Amino acid sequence: MEVLYFAWVRERIGLPRETVSTQAATVSALVDELKMREDRYAVAFADMSAIRVAVDQELVDLDAPLVGAREVAFFPPMTGG
Amino acid sequence: MVSRVQTEDFDLSAELAGLRKGRTDIGAIASFVGLVRGTAQGEAIDAMTLEHYPGMTEKALAEIEAQAHSRWSLQATLIVHRTGRLVPGDQIVLVAAASPHRGDAFAAAEFLMDFLKSRAPFWKKEGTRDGGRWVDARDSDAEALNRW
Repeated sequence: MEVLYFAWVRERIGLPRETVSTQAATVSALVDELKMREDRYAVAFADMSAIRVAVDQELVDLDAPLVGAREVAFFPPMTGG
Repeated sequence: MVSRVQTEDFDLSAELAGLRKGRTDIGAIASFVGLVRGTAQGEAIDAMTLEHYPGMTEKALAEIEAQAHSRWSLQATLIVHRTGRLVPGDQIVLVAAASPHRGDAFAAAEFLMDFLKSRAPFWKKEGTRDGGRWVDARDSDAEALNRW
């Protein structure tokens, strides 16, 4: 699936998007997998209360399922306007 | 219902003229324009850079407009949001709501702004002399949604 990062999450991980091959069943399982990969993910995802998640461009909770998901995005709380 | 995300500036009077063009049923248009302030937390800023999530942003804005139309008697709504690098004094965002009477137009314009601030995927980074810092979401912005 495509995994996208925005704002300081993008800066900490060091790239805007990547294709990730995963069997993770939920968003939080995907986060755990990524954190195991490299420190930069562990740093970006150290405090998940500061992270918002969208699956296929809809805001979801961390325990949301990933079955059939094409695109997952991680970002800080939004600050538009 | 129209929303646009763009890097270029917008002209308020041209946008409002477009909103009411050829119509005689609109009685009120309330509009709001957000600007880049030159200070943040008491510190001067020289730029504000806005990032967004193309695709999700457009869906989120359309959803916010649809909610406004379901709550009030609205004849038209407009959201224009800029991205990229802006400087103090620049326009960031425009929302406008048209209705037969002012009450719905005022309420809907405020609703659109409140939801846009914490539900549309935009992020601001302030440029200061020391570098840049991402703007934190404010509790007051999240709480602003509760009154609707």
